[in-house]
Amino acid sequence: MGIIQNVFEEGYLSTTVDSFLNYCRSSSIWPMTFGLACCSIEMIAYIAAPQHDFDRFGTVFRPSPRQSDLLLVAGTLSKKMAPVLRRVYDQMPEPRYVIAMGSCAGSGGIFNTYSVVQGVDNIVPVDVYIPGCPPRPEALMNGIIKLQEKIKKEKYIRK
Amino acid sequence: MDPLQIAKMIEEKFAGQVLGTTAHAGQVGVSLRKDRIKEVCLYLRDEPLLRMDRLADLTAVDFSAYPGDNGPRFEVVYNLISIVYHHRIRLKVRAPEEDPRVDSVSSIWQTANWHERETFDLMGIKFDGHPDLRRILMPEDWEGHPLRKEYPLKGY
Repeated sequence: MGIIQNVFEEGYLSTTVDSFLNYCRSSSIWPMTFGLACCSIEMIAYIAAPQHDFDRFGTVFRPSPRQSDLLLVAGTLSKKMAPVLRRVYDQMPEPRYVIAMGSCAGSGGIFNTYSVVQGVDNIVPVDVYIPGCPPRPEALMNGIIKLQEKIKKEKYIRK
Repeated sequence: MDPLQIAKMIEEKFAGQVLGTTAHAGQVGVSLRKDRIKEVCLYLRDEPLLRMDRLADLTAVDFSAYPGDNGPRFEVVYNLISIVYHHRIRLKVRAPEEDPRVDSVSSIWQTANWHERETFDLMGIKFDGHPDLRRILMPEDWEGHPLRKEYPLKGY
């Protein structure tokens, strides 16, 4: 405030372009769901069911990587599935974000074996890790809020 | 039909092929030589009294770490069901460690196609006469057969 007080007429709001863009983008995170195992069932129950109401954060499921901002990897990633995950990630338009939901997506979880990728960060860069087996709905909600906070810190106009 | 009676019919029809019959908890398993397994399967499917029209499962066992077993290393197991008569039988054939080969039964039961691919993928048993013997569960460029006893669980 201070210096620009009383500069604008009534009915105006002043902000920076960066924070305006970040506000828009963080308020409409459309996740591309990548459900792989039991976590995906939980994810559907959290996001699609009404009691937690994820829509209020602007997270609306998109079934296409070309229309989404967030890759929500939920579940155990096997090595045979790994190229598919990378391909879906590559199809997403930038800027794009990745959430690894659950122990398996974060680190391989209990499946420390030959056929399971030990964390999806071996395949794609991950922004937010959500621990839990499966995570509570509050944990997934918190993960999305953390991602919103991260998006709000980004700078485009002035690096 | 009583499964022991089915085992007896196999023994009468294919003399010298049956190595032994085991019964446990009402389930009867017939151990066979592997040379004529396809003929035995065809007989079980087409014999009007038996009509084993469904192959419920086809898998393999690695006996390399089994205490007190001196036979060939691998055992291929066929679980058969007759949907018409509601009776079951289990067939077992042994395959040696070096070059394990068993005749494919995918021309008799379509479902054997993928089961044999799985057995090949995870246990390394080759099925002669299979139309498309590729890996099915592991990536195509995978090395080794993970369900073999010597395969490391981790540290690949």
